[in-house]
Amino acid sequence: MTASRSRSSLLPRDAAGEPWLAAVIAVLCFLACLAAVGGAAADRAAHGWAGRLRAEATVQVRPRAGESGDTAAARAAETLSGVDGVAEAEALDRKAAEALLRPWLGDAILPDLAIPMLVAVRLDPDAPASAPTLSRALAQAGLDASVDDHSQWRGEVQGAAALITALAAAAFLLVAGAAGAAVVYAARAGLAANRAVVETLSLNGATDGFIAGQFMRRYGLLAAGSGLIGAGSAAALMTGLRLLGGSEGLTPALPVAWSDLILLSPVPLVAATVAVVAAHLAVMRDLGPRALGPGDRGR
Amino acid sequence: MTPEPRRAETAASPVTARLQGVGFGYADAPDVLRGIDLTLPRGSFHFLTGPSGAGKSTLLKLLTLAERPTTGRITLFGQDATEAPRALLPAFRRRIGTVFQDFRLLDHLSAFDNAALPLRLAGDRDHAADVEEMLRWVGLGRRMDARPPTLSGGEKQRLAIARAVLARPELIIADEPTGSVDKAMAEKLLRLFQTLNRQGTTLLIASHDETLARRSGAAVLRLDQGRLETVR
Repeated sequence: MTASRSRSSLLPRDAAGEPWLAAVIAVLCFLACLAAVGGAAADRAAHGWAGRLRAEATVQVRPRAGESGDTAAARAAETLSGVDGVAEAEALDRKAAEALLRPWLGDAILPDLAIPMLVAVRLDPDAPASAPTLSRALAQAGLDASVDDHSQWRGEVQGAAALITALAAAAFLLVAGAAGAAVVYAARAGLAANRAVVETLSLNGATDGFIAGQFMRRYGLLAAGSGLIGAGSAAALMTGLRLLGGSEGLTPALPVAWSDLILLSPVPLVAATVAVVAAHLAVMRDLGPRALGPGDRGR
Repeated sequence: MTPEPRRAETAASPVTARLQGVGFGYADAPDVLRGIDLTLPRGSFHFLTGPSGAGKSTLLKLLTLAERPTTGRITLFGQDATEAPRALLPAFRRRIGTVFQDFRLLDHLSAFDNAALPLRLAGDRDHAADVEEMLRWVGLGRRMDARPPTLSGGEKQRLAIARAVLARPELIIADEPTGSVDKAMAEKLLRLFQTLNRQGTTLLIASHDETLARRSGAAVLRLDQGRLETVR
């Protein structure tokens, strides 16, 4: 009986609107989880797109004098099929090329247009042939052609993915900062609301570190619980998206993976750590050398 | 039988507390205390009397380091405490047991936890039996789990006294410790203070009860209009 008495908290329960703080931290943790998962999904999508772009190349063939475009394209496809790192090369006939251009140009202009002869190349995804290798092979076969390995698009996609990941990380940090600020505010309010309790502890021999420890434990546990609720809610949302939309979630732009759940697991711990540090800073600042207990000497 | 509170091992100074030329005043108000010289030798027992507003509580606050003097010097346990930095205050306060006039009990804690507070703060985890014995002795054996708001004024006072003496401090400072208890309990508490004093504890008790002060056999000081004089 007595052992349980001595474990009771030395701070009163709910001294400074703690249910509200718990709700705010839970919402912030939920948002942080969305930012983290969104960043990971954007990164995953960008890698997928970049990977697909890396596995393809397009060759434009210019027929030499006396050679038809179709013949030149067929020769180029045959040449490229024998190059290491090429899985498949297919010459696009005029019909196929027109089909590619129709969405942009419409039907009216296509019959009169000098359409370039194209070869679609599918590269070995594990060891793709480089653009210079393809160009060299085409030149050795006496073909006048230019190779586009989509490196410009790939760079732009990867750049966009890096930007989105950075934005997600910044959002995560901002949310963590907001949670810390909320805890600082609550800890200071709690300290003010419990001034008499703090003074009594102090007059009975409690050190500032001990008093700060009481607040750190209180807000750390509160933030851990709120973090659990926020991360749990985000996990439930993510599970719903995954189940409803399969591996692509609700949109291919943000593919969701079960492994993203791992990203959410440290959120309660991070929330508790932020809260503990914030409470420590707030309380020790307010319990400064001249803050409580003995007043200043003199008037 | 009076319970035997425990005492921490500390270096003893022949003088527990000394005030030299101490004055105190709140901002824009006349001085509450002026030129106070007071020496409390180790193991001494003093009653501090005087009319309301004479400055008794302020003098006790200076000794518990809850206020700092405007002028003069305060020495506690052989160390200058006049301008002791905040980090050093807990070490002084753990050697002082204080009975506050307004009790300063923590309303959210049980009577047991309130009494055990100084022991808990000092890191003593093996205190349950001592706390229970002391609470039974002051008549709170059946109220150990009660919260202070449910206690009567007398019960609160007895609880505050139990808290102050349990850690067996070297100096006990009590502000009107018998003001809310009946005569029988006041006599019982006086015997507790006398027992503690015989065991070497230094006591300074502020009280309006001059009869109790006379019967205590303790030295009697009188504070009036901020000046201190020895009556006996």
